[in-house]
Order: sequence, then structure tokens, then C-alpha cells
Amino acid sequence: MQTKRTTFSNRWLPYALLAPQVIVTLVFFIWPASQALIQSVYRQGDAFGVRPPTFVGWRNFETLLAEPQYLGSLKATFIFALGTTILSMGVALLFAVMVNRMIRSRDAYTTFMVWPYAVAPAIAGVLWWFIFNPNIGILPYVLEGIGYDWNHRASSTDAMLLIIIAAAWKQISYNFLFFLAGLQSIPHSLIEAAAIDGAGRMKRFWTIVFPLLSPVTFFLMVVNIVYAMFDTFGVIHATTEGGPSQATNILVYKVFRDGFVNLNTGSSAAQSVILMAIVIVLTVIQFRYIERRVNY
Amino acid sequence: MASIHLDNLHKVYAGGVQAVTGVSLDIKDGEMIVLVGPSGCGKSTLLRMVAGLETITSGTLKIGDRVVNNLEPAERDIAMVFQNYALYPHMTVFNNLAYGLKNRKFPSNEITRRVTEAAKMLEIDAFLDRKPRQLSGGQRQRVAMGRALVREPAAFLFDEPLSNLDAKLRVQMRVEIKQLQRRLGTTSLYVTHDQLEALTLADRLVVLNGGVIEQVGTPMEVYNKPASLFVAGFIGSPAMNMIPVEYLQAQGATLPEILPDETDLVGIRPDELSLNPPSDASLSVKGTLMLLEPAGAESHLYIHLEGSDQPIVMRVSGVPQMQEGQAIQMYTSVAALHPFNKASGRRTG
Ligand SMILES: Nc1ncnc2c1ncn2[C@@H]1O[C@H](COP(=O)(O)OP(=O)(O)OP(=O)(O)O)[C@@H](O)[C@H]1O
Ligand SMILES: [Mg+2]
Repeated sequence: MQTKRTTFSNRWLPYALLAPQVIVTLVFFIWPASQALIQSVYRQGDAFGVRPPTFVGWRNFETLLAEPQYLGSLKATFIFALGTTILSMGVALLFAVMVNRMIRSRDAYTTFMVWPYAVAPAIAGVLWWFIFNPNIGILPYVLEGIGYDWNHRASSTDAMLLIIIAAAWKQISYNFLFFLAGLQSIPHSLIEAAAIDGAGRMKRFWTIVFPLLSPVTFFLMVVNIVYAMFDTFGVIHATTEGGPSQATNILVYKVFRDGFVNLNTGSSAAQSVILMAIVIVLTVIQFRYIERRVNY
Repeated sequence: MASIHLDNLHKVYAGGVQAVTGVSLDIKDGEMIVLVGPSGCGKSTLLRMVAGLETITSGTLKIGDRVVNNLEPAERDIAMVFQNYALYPHMTVFNNLAYGLKNRKFPSNEITRRVTEAAKMLEIDAFLDRKPRQLSGGQRQRVAMGRALVREPAAFLFDEPLSNLDAKLRVQMRVEIKQLQRRLGTTSLYVTHDQLEALTLADRLVVLNGGVIEQVGTPMEVYNKPASLFVAGFIGSPAMNMIPVEYLQAQGATLPEILPDETDLVGIRPDELSLNPPSDASLSVKGTLMLLEPAGAESHLYIHLEGSDQPIVMRVSGVPQMQEGQAIQMYTSVAALHPFNKASGRRTG
């Protein structure tokens, strides 16, 4: 395929135009990533330079994978990512189906639905922290009314629920937009044909609409897992800070705590490398299958 | 198998659009009715009202002996073939055909029997495992037909099912639809804006204009005796020529006595004009040949009439040896004149 060729008058101009992007990538991605790769195979020196860093090979990874806390974090991440993905996608799909059925106020609702996406994660976290605050929050008060004693500072289940809700809430907007677009791209005549074919509303949804949404659903699933695993630092930092007793200390948060709070850079770097590997796998899955279109 | 009765049906859309106005029609059991009319005249709306996909604003719709105004599409015992086929893209051809039967809880051996039978009838049995996107337009069209007929419904509804096919396939499918409908004897309502399709398929033709029925009749009745100026202009190609009576009189033509008094426009079909005087009583008109348009076995002559701004069209077989710009004398048999009244738009006799 012949692509359009642009000729620059100055031969350095194209490089100058590319430079900002390249520099940002180098400084904020390639450099830290390579540092992490290097550090992950070293045991850190002490703060006074008495003992220099020593090369330890796979040792950091071996220790890490034997550490119950790391495995706990892995499990917490799994539950959290699954919970967030299911909750945010489920609610978004429900909203999208309802809004898609509207005729007149569709645009207004769509606009409102998108707002949460513009809220910074830390602010969203604080918001949920207030709402769920065991002392002053409105929700524990309501829950107490129905006999549930909410305390995410003591109960790990409550804490997990809190971060799942807080993280999912923000992602609903994004999922909603994709689901709505997906629903609108399904020809109405298919639904009508199914209605004539004797399928009730629920049956139509599960046998026609939902399968036809599968490419969107799959795409969103990957995006949401990536979001839950890597993009929820702010939410957790503003609400549970990984507690109580590590119950919500998901992988990304643990990297931060071990590296910057506990100053164990070797372990932290090894954890980063594992996370990097997970991102790469998810990205490959996404490109492989989205390109190929799922199902039909 | 059932008759369908439309009694004074009206449809007003939410925005206030009056799409169908006072349509009454009795469709006999086993009859093939074709709804024809220009774009936007309410054909699809009317069909969708029968299908139950649009609500009926007022009037009564009966399928068989049941009033079905408020029944869901699934309860009306009809099947519909959509213009875009509306095949389920994620299901195989087999499942597309079986879907309606499964929803109706048919036993699986019965489903297999019916689907295989329909597939054989439509010659799509080789594609049962394919998805719709792996089929050509014509094959998809057959699958859409198959989906309608496995259900063995009381009536078939077709909304321009052939309009996405190329010209050759369209003719072929038209013939097949007609044969199939004859064979199964299922009451059918068929929408098209293609008048040739309408004339060839219909047992009776319903010409719709602006949401109102202009004429109902067999194709030959409608063609030979169009009830209004609209029908005269819409059915037949090239369209019927309309010549004001005043003009003919000014040209010194003697109009036959038999034309009713209120006639002020006469219609002449392009093939009723000839270059030689017919044996019976005739009318003759003079003009100049503006354009000679050969169209294979026949030719269309566009003729300018002195003192009239509307050219008339004449159809002759073969390609006549004539020069553009040459003077022409045309004849038509008096019996072939269609008398109309311009103000009412109706036929006068
Ligand atoms: N959902 C709707 N809401 C409002 N007006 C509508 C709607 N659907 C159709 N109309 C209007 O009703 C009239 C009849 O439409 P309809 O689709 O029945 O025409 P049609 O005869 O099938 O035309 P075509 O040959 O182009 O398919 C049109 O003026 C159209 O604009
Ligand atoms: Mg239409």
C-alpha cells in the first residue's frame, strides 16, 4: 500500500517533532522499567553505603513467591479485579440497556452517566471514604438500620467491598459508553425478527443482544481487568491503604508500600517486573482477539 | 392459513406524522396481495402494523377470526421477511431457521425435520452449518425465506425482500417466491415499490399513496383501468401520457362522444400509440421527434407536441428508421383512451 509521503524542508524537523514523545517515553517508561529490571536481580545496599548492592539472580523472585504475604496480595488482587470487572460491567450494561430503550431523554442520561469518569481517582476514593466512614458516613448508618455492622477498618470483607465499589463506580461510565454504542449498532430488525420468532424480552436479550455484544464485552473485560490491577492506586490509597491487615493490599499497592514505605527496593522491583509481565500478556490477548473479532 | 381483514386502519406516529389513513382491505385465504406505492407512502408502516411491530392508532385488524390489534407479534401467527433479511449473525443457518421453533418448544426431531425440509425446498441444505456472513446475498435471502416458512404460519409478510439483490437475481427470486407461494397456498402480504415486481407477483394489487389506498384490483384491472391519475402515472413504464382535452380540441382532433363530460385529460399508454392508423375509430396527433431511445427489442420515441411543454412518449418495437427533428403523425385507437378529471384526479369512465 502506498502511503502519503510528506517531505520536510529541514531534515531535523521530523526528529524534533518526535522528540517530546520519545523523551517522555524514555524518561517515564523505558528508564524506570529498565531500573526495575536491574534492581529485581540485586539485593539492595544499606542506606549508608557500607554494604554495596549485590547481584542475587532469581533470589528476589524466589523469596517473593514463597512469601505468604505476596500470595495473599495475589489473591486479593484476583478477587478485587474480578469483583470490580463484574460489578462495573454488570451495572454499566444494565444502565446501557435501560438508556437504549429510552427515546427522548437518552442524550441527557448519557451525559450524566459520563460524569463520574471525569472525577480523579483520589477524589473518588475520598468520596467513598466519607460515604463509608464507620463514624460519620451515611452508609454504615443506613446499614446499621438493617442490622449490618459496617466497619471496613476491622473487617477485611467490608474493606474489599469498599474498594470494589469505589473502583467500579468510576469505571461504570466508560463501560456504559461502550455498551451503549454496542447496543445501538445492533440492527433493530434483528430484535423484531426475534420477537416474531416468539422470543420474549429476556430471551431476546440473552440469545440475540448479549451474544452480539460479545466483542464489546470481551474488550471491556480486558480493559477493566487492567484498570482494576494497575489504575486503582489512588482509590486504595485514599480509602483503605491496603488494610486491614493486608486484606486490600493489591499488587500495585504492595509495590508502592514495599518500595517506598518499607524501602525494600529489590523485592519491590521484582514485583514490578511480574506486573509488567502481566500487562504484556493482557495487552497481547487484547490485540490478538480484538483484531480478530470475537464470536461471529 | 387464514384470511386477513383490515378495517379502517389509521397510524399516527409519535411526532404527529399521519402515515396510514383509513385503510380497509379484505385479504382472502391463500391470496397474494402486493402493496405498491412510492417511497414514504406508508407501505412498510401498514405491513408492520399487521406484523405487530407498530401499534395500531385506530381501526380493527383481524387475522382469521381473531382481532389481533393488541396481540404481540409472536401471538399473531405470522412470519416476516425483512428487507435486510435480519438473519441472526452469530447463529448458523440451521439455528437461524430453528430459532422460532425452539422458542415455541417444538420437539427437536420435529425441528430437524422441518428445517431440513425447508432447506431442501430452498436449496440451502448445503449451507446449514455456515454463518450468514459466509453466504451470498441471494443465499441469505433464501435463508430469510426459510426462516419464515419453517414455522408454517398463517401469513407471510414481505417488506421489499428483493431490493438488495442484483437485477438478474431479483427476477429469479421473484419467480421462486411466486411458485413457493402458490405451492404452499399461504396468505401473503408483499411490499414493494417496484411496479414490475408488483404486477408479476400479485393476485391483487393495492396501490398506496400518501397513506391512502388509491386502487385495489388484479394487476390487469389496475393496468387497464387505472382508477386515478396517480395510479395511471405510477403503474406502467414508461408512464402513461397525459394530454389535456383542450389541447386536442385546439389541434382540431375530434374526440369521441363516449368520453364523459367532466373529462379534461386523456391518458394514452406509450404502447397504444402507433405510426399507422388502426382499423377502428382513431384519434391522431402531430408532433416532432425529439429523441429516439433504443432499448433492445423496443424503442422509446420522445415526441414534442406543438404548443405543449410536456413531451409524450411512444413505444414501438424494433428501431424505426427515423431522424430526430422529423415530423410525426401518431394514431391511437379511441377505445384505448383513459379519461380523467384533473381536479378530482379520478377516472371519469
Ligand atoms: N418511526 C417513525 N416515526 C415517525 N415517522 C415515521 C416513522 N416511520 C416512518 N415514518 C413516516 O411515515 C411515513 C411512511 O413511512 P413508511 O416507512 O411506511 O414508508 P414506505 O412506504 O415503506 O417507504 P419506502 O418505500 O421508502 O420504504 C413516512 O413519511 C415516514 O417518514
Ligand atoms: Mg418501507
